[in-house]
Amino acid sequence: MHWGSWHDFWAMGGSGWFVWGAYGLVALALATEMLLIRVRVKRARETVRRTSTWLNRGSE
Amino acid sequence: MIRTLLAAAHRDLLLGLRQRSDVANVLLFFVIVVTMVPLGVGPDKDLLRMIAPGVVWVAALLASILSLGRLFALDYADGTLEQIMLSGQPLSLAVLGKIVAHWLITGAPLTALSVVLALMFDMALVPGVTLVASLLLGTPCLSLIGAVGAALTLGLRGGGVLITLLVLPLYVPVLIFGAGAVDASAGGLSPASHLMLLGGLTLAAGALAPWAITAALRVSVE
Amino acid sequence: MQAETIRPLKFGLHRFAAPPEFYRVAGQLIPWFAVAAALLAAFGLYLGFFVAPTDFQQGEVYRIIFIHVPTAWMAMFIYIVMAFWAGFGMAFNTRMSSMWACAMAPTGALMAFLALCTGALWGRPAWGTYWSWDARMTSTLILFFLYVGFIALHGAIDDPRKADRAAGVLALVGVVNVPIIYFSVQWWNSLHQGASISLTRAPTMAITMLEAMFVMMGAFWMYSIAASLARARAILLERESRSSWVQAMVS
Repeated sequence: MHWGSWHDFWAMGGSGWFVWGAYGLVALALATEMLLIRVRVKRARETVRRTSTWLNRGSE
Repeated sequence: MIRTLLAAAHRDLLLGLRQRSDVANVLLFFVIVVTMVPLGVGPDKDLLRMIAPGVVWVAALLASILSLGRLFALDYADGTLEQIMLSGQPLSLAVLGKIVAHWLITGAPLTALSVVLALMFDMALVPGVTLVASLLLGTPCLSLIGAVGAALTLGLRGGGVLITLLVLPLYVPVLIFGAGAVDASAGGLSPASHLMLLGGLTLAAGALAPWAITAALRVSVE
Repeated sequence: MQAETIRPLKFGLHRFAAPPEFYRVAGQLIPWFAVAAALLAAFGLYLGFFVAPTDFQQGEVYRIIFIHVPTAWMAMFIYIVMAFWAGFGMAFNTRMSSMWACAMAPTGALMAFLALCTGALWGRPAWGTYWSWDARMTSTLILFFLYVGFIALHGAIDDPRKADRAAGVLALVGVVNVPIIYFSVQWWNSLHQGASISLTRAPTMAITMLEAMFVMMGAFWMYSIAASLARARAILLERESRSSWVQAMVS
C-alpha cells in the first residue's frame, strides 16, 4: 500500500480524470453489454411465446 | 483449362468496352478525387509533392472499390453467373479471367493516368516512375481482394458501402507498401523492398483469392 | 429441423453441437464464468492499485495498462477464435459453430473499441497526445473495422445460414490478413518515425505489474466467455424459435 490518503488515490498523481475515466468507461461499457444481452434474451423469449401462440392457434 | 480463363477474360473485356461509360466513370472519379485534395489543403507545392503518393494511392483504392460493382453483379442479375457456375468449367479459372479483364479496364488505365497525376503534383522523375510501378504491381492485388468483397456482397442491399467497409481494411497492406515505395524513392532511398513486397502480395492474392472468391460465389448464388 | 447425428467427441464436446444441449449447458456455465470474472477482476484490481508500485517514468497513469492490454489482447484473441468457429461451421455445416462465432463478434468488437479508448486516455497524459498512429493502435483500429465488417455482412443477409457462410468466408479472409496487416502497419510506422521517440514503449514492468496484468487478462477472458455464452443463447432462441425444443421449453 502506498497511497498517503484517499485523496492521493483518486488524484492518481494528477491524472485522476484519465485513469478513472478509463476504468469508468470500461465498467460502463461492460455493464451496458450485459444489460443489452439480457434484453435480447428476454425479447427472444417473447418472440418464441408469440410464435407458440400463433402455432397453437392453428391447431385448434 | 486456360481456354476457360481466356474466354471469360475475352467476354468481360468485350462487355466492358461496350459499356465504356462505366469504365470512364471510374477513371473520372479517380482524377476528380485526386483533384479535390489540393483544393482542400492548398496549393503549396512542397506539401502536395509530399502527400502525392498517399493521395493518389487512396484515390486508386476508392476507384477500385467503385469499379467492383460491375464485376459479378451484372452477370448475376441476368443469370449468366449461375450458368458459368453450372457449366462444369473450373470456376476459379473463370473468376481469374474476369479479374484479368477487370484489371485491364480499370487498374491498367488507372496506372496510366497516374503519370498525369504525378505531373499535377510536381513529382520528380524517379518518384513518378516509382508511382507508376507501384500501381502496376498493386492494382491487380486490389482487383483480386476486391473481387472477394464483390462476391460476398452479391445482390445485397446497401451493397456499395458495405463492400467498401469489408474491403478497405484488407487493402491496407497494399496501400502501405505502394505509397511507401513512392515515399522511399522521393526520399532518395531504393523502393526495391517495397515493390518486392507489393509484388509478393499480388502473387499471394493471385494464388489464394480465387479460393475465397469461389467459396463466396457458391454462398451468394444459391 | 434435421436430426443431428453427432459423433461423440473427446471430453464430451459433442454435447455442444446440438442446440438444445448447448442452451442448457451454456445456461449452467454462465454463472461460473461470471463469478470467475468478478473474482479475478477484484484480485487483479487489488494487485494493480495496491501492490504494484508507482512507475518510475509515468507515475500513476500507467495503471490504465491493467485494462488497456487485456482489452487489446482479447480483441485479437476473440477474432481468431471467432474466425476458427465460423470457418468450422462453414466446413462441417454445423449451425451451432456459426452461431457461436456470431455470439462472440460484438464482444470482440467492444473489446477493440475499449482498447482504443483506454489507449487514448493513457496516451494523452503519458505522451501528450490522444492518438499517435502507432502500429499497435492502428492495427487495433483496423481490427475493429474487420469486426464491424463481419457483423455488417451477417446482418445484411436475410437467410441466417447463408449469412453464416458468407461471414465465415469473410472471417477466414480476415484472419489470414491480420498478420499481414499488422506487419505492414509496423513497417509503415517505423518508416515514418522521424524525430519522434517511440510512443508505445510500455514502462519497464515490475513483476507485480505483470502479475496484475495477467490476472486482469484472465478476468476479461472469463467475462468474454460468459457474455458470449449468454448472447449465444439469445441467438439460439431467435433462430430456432419455431423448433419443438424451444417451444417446449418456453411454454
